[in-house]
Amino acid sequence: MATTATVSKKSLWGGGIEPLKASYGKLMMWFFLLSDAFTFSGLLITYAFLRWSAPAYKGDPEAFTFSTEYWPIPEKVYEAFPGFHGVELPLVFVGLMTFILILSSVTMVLAVEAGHRMDKKNVVKWMLWTIIGGFAFLSCQAWEWSHFISGTDIATIGDVLKNGIWITDYEIVGANLNYSQYGPPAFAALFFFITGFHGFHVFSGVVFNILIFFNAANGVYEKRGHYEMVEKVGLYWHFVDLVWVFVFTFFYLI
Amino acid sequence: MEQATTNIVVQPAQRSVIMGIWKIALFMFLITAVEYVFAFLMDAGTLRSVIFIGLTIWKAFFIVSEFMHLGHEVKGLMYSVILPMIFIVWLIVALVNLEGAAVKDARGIVDVEEPATGQVDAKH
Repeated sequence: MATTATVSKKSLWGGGIEPLKASYGKLMMWFFLLSDAFTFSGLLITYAFLRWSAPAYKGDPEAFTFSTEYWPIPEKVYEAFPGFHGVELPLVFVGLMTFILILSSVTMVLAVEAGHRMDKKNVVKWMLWTIIGGFAFLSCQAWEWSHFISGTDIATIGDVLKNGIWITDYEIVGANLNYSQYGPPAFAALFFFITGFHGFHVFSGVVFNILIFFNAANGVYEKRGHYEMVEKVGLYWHFVDLVWVFVFTFFYLI
Repeated sequence: MEQATTNIVVQPAQRSVIMGIWKIALFMFLITAVEYVFAFLMDAGTLRSVIFIGLTIWKAFFIVSEFMHLGHEVKGLMYSVILPMIFIVWLIVALVNLEGAAVKDARGIVDVEEPATGQVDAKH
């Protein structure tokens, strides 16, 4: 039983399978990413608002010390590098993380490009590089977190709320969700929430990439006749990179 | 519909396409390098923040337009993604310096000129 609907040519979308000339899956991925961008925006807006309504340090940057009384200078917080204990290397490690993530985005583009040419061998190769890049980024983040949590050699004296009781002149080392040696409690909490939420996205991206890698290697997409799945997961992966670009600017640079 | 395709033709890679991808990547690394130059040579302030946000949006443009291929999709799709985001980025930027500063002012929060002295060696 075949019925055909007559659709005037002038209508925008006559019920075909591709509104906006994008396949269903790709379109839905775009709108999912848009909604996900709103979530990240919510976090960044919270960060911006809390930070710029908190007391700032306006003195000499050279003489800067950590205090719970004012917002820290980011360069003074993120200045550690694995293997260089005690050496001040501001933003170098986070620069390496940015480099890794952008590079893994590039290898993803190369996988998508190979997919357009039905080049299974290259899709598999570039997907593998993308997965390696993802794991490298996650490892860097794990190190950054553990360093942030365990703290530096100099403790900050400040008032903290511990188990519901205010303790004055507490010796704060490192950071947790309630207080930190680097600045006001909100500073560490926002660090954990924003980089953590982004890291969780990277982790899910790596899981998707692994699935796609095995599917491509097993010839699932070759049988299907197209590598659109690589494109869709590629969109997600680039989005993760995109969010990092914003997190990098708002959290580490400004 | 998983149909078995018997004859798969692998098209050869076009050098210009591959080089184009790497060129964009190189450009993004350069923008990041420029951000570092500003981070180290310029004192913090509104102008520096504006430069950072501008360069970030430039980088974001490359990712979305080229890597995510949005620049090559139909206009309807482009605008349905870009327009909501323009408003959101506007909101972020507005809250960074305007609204945050206004609330700070209203609450009477003052900036600190002298570094705090409450430090102690934690290696004990």
